[in-house]
Amino acid sequence: MSLWETLRIALSALSRNTLRSFLTALGIIIGVGAVIAMVAIGEGAKARVEQAFASMGTNLLIISPGSSSTRGVFGGSGSMPTLTWDDLRAIREEVPSVRTAAPQLRSSAQVVSDEENWTTSVYGVTPEYFDIRSWLMASGSAFSSSDVDTASKVVVVGQTVVEKLYGSGADPVGRVLRIRNMPFQVVAVMARKGQSPMGQDYDDGVFIPVSTYRAKIQGGLQTYIAGSIFVGAISADATGRAEREIRSLLRDRHRLAVEADDDFQVRNLTEIASAQQEGTRTLTTLLASIAAVSLLVGGIGIMNIMLVSVTERTREIGVRMAVGAKPRHIRAQFLVEALTLSVLGGITGVGFGLLAAGRLAAQFGWPVQVRPDIIIISLAFSGLVGIGFGLYPAHRASRLDPIEALRYE
Amino acid sequence: MSGPPLIAIERVTRVYRMGDTEVRALDDVSLEVAAGEMVAIMGASGSGKSTLMNLLGCLDRPSTGRYLLAGKEVSAMSTDELAEIRNRTLGFVFQNFNLLSRTSAVENVELPLVYAGVAAGERRRRASEALQRVGLGGRLDHHPSQLSGGQQQRVAIARALVSEPRVILADEPTGNLDSRTSVEVMALLRGLGDAGMTVILVTHEPDIAAYAPRVIVMKDGRVEADERRAAAALTRTSP
Repeated sequence: MSLWETLRIALSALSRNTLRSFLTALGIIIGVGAVIAMVAIGEGAKARVEQAFASMGTNLLIISPGSSSTRGVFGGSGSMPTLTWDDLRAIREEVPSVRTAAPQLRSSAQVVSDEENWTTSVYGVTPEYFDIRSWLMASGSAFSSSDVDTASKVVVVGQTVVEKLYGSGADPVGRVLRIRNMPFQVVAVMARKGQSPMGQDYDDGVFIPVSTYRAKIQGGLQTYIAGSIFVGAISADATGRAEREIRSLLRDRHRLAVEADDDFQVRNLTEIASAQQEGTRTLTTLLASIAAVSLLVGGIGIMNIMLVSVTERTREIGVRMAVGAKPRHIRAQFLVEALTLSVLGGITGVGFGLLAAGRLAAQFGWPVQVRPDIIIISLAFSGLVGIGFGLYPAHRASRLDPIEALRYE
Repeated sequence: MSGPPLIAIERVTRVYRMGDTEVRALDDVSLEVAAGEMVAIMGASGSGKSTLMNLLGCLDRPSTGRYLLAGKEVSAMSTDELAEIRNRTLGFVFQNFNLLSRTSAVENVELPLVYAGVAAGERRRRASEALQRVGLGGRLDHHPSQLSGGQQQRVAIARALVSEPRVILADEPTGNLDSRTSVEVMALLRGLGDAGMTVILVTHEPDIAAYAPRVIVMKDGRVEADERRAAAALTRTSP
């Protein structure tokens, strides 16, 4: 007897009780659908986190000045300037795992074009800054070291600022922009970077040479860096080492006693990113496992119905045996029936899962990513569930005594 | 009739264990049936006639003794080999027809051929022929629920004979039928006997047993009587 023949018998048996077959398969449909949808959501979240961290810059460390504490009251990060320009030079030149470093000073200011005005962040940076943050220019080219040396009044603008001042799609390179009423020439527009992992808009800002910033924008103390230092490590693996080396260098330079706390903060973005990714991966696994449990419950449903079916069809089994069916024919028949139920359920579940993922993406704007391997895995798993939970009922059917089976009412 | 008998049972015993007590359903029974014979087995309930029928039908194996079917020792065969014997050499007709419901007549008749591995086209052709032979050529696609009792039993007979078996075993074939359809069904079975098939039927009705030239009467697991009658009404076309 061929497999095709067995499949035909199974299909006609299942179609005899369509509603029951559907309800039995529903467990698998929901299980597989849930796995597909959950993994798609988890993967989407992971992709979003990855993209957000990638946009911050590669192999990035951020050093910020420490907090002031007066009689146990902490003033918060950056409340006391501790980083000096010499610190920056030392980090750049003396730490082997550091590729380059750049300052970032920031304040809020009104920028004005011929037509519009907008309040945004003005950053004082050096050209290395764009490299550390892997920030490309959409048009024009960023200012150079000589611009920094001569404190030129040039500005690189972010996309959001361009939109607000000139309208979207405009290219203001060559035009003049006023920052705090001082004219700056626009030399470049940066490529869009999007949001930070914390939801801050990276593109809402203008960048000027740090020397110009110190002369024209910043007031007050000049010895200390009134901002933070962005450091690019030589590789992703070196970020941990760079963090340790910078820490010991700065402690040295600041002459901190062994028991004293750091008067600065080093944040390793690569590490934070991988921790975040670990978090989303755990979330995905968790969601998928919960969904997999429902697949298992679906399997139990199949087993239950198959056992009922074997009992109901005892007489049929007896007749088949009487006319020459061997135990393995009976076993194959019920096994294929369970398998058909679970695989059809699995296929429907995949469709259902894709639909659900699409709906969620559309409804809540969640980033959803369907992984083809998960589709194949969950189909294979539903097949295994069918075989696993069909085996016992099929075995029971094949072991029936034909005399008893024929006599069964 | 010459040559070795088609069916030979030698000193067969079948013992059932029910709790602590042993029940001897068959007690030292020996029996021979020649090819082409038509035999009726009679007896009260509990006489062992059903047990004998199950043994003859290779649905059961004797506790002791030998059973030779067409020269082959059946009592020592495996479950799979017995299934093959039932498939090729035997055909069953049951009291309650035992057709698969929600399955058309022709598909019911095809069933033994499915397990014999006959290809679908050939199967359909032979099943249609068998149904024509029992006079149901026009009802191939009817389901059992659309057929009368007599028609259902004729479908069952078609199913029994579709694989051209040597022996047809009929267990109370008219038990669920009225007397008029009983006559039809018995005529059909006798026709098979006339065509050379060996027909063994179990019944407790003497007028049904009267269709068979040979009647075996069972009592308490033993053969009480084994009579051959040459009834004029039952003239057989023998050479």
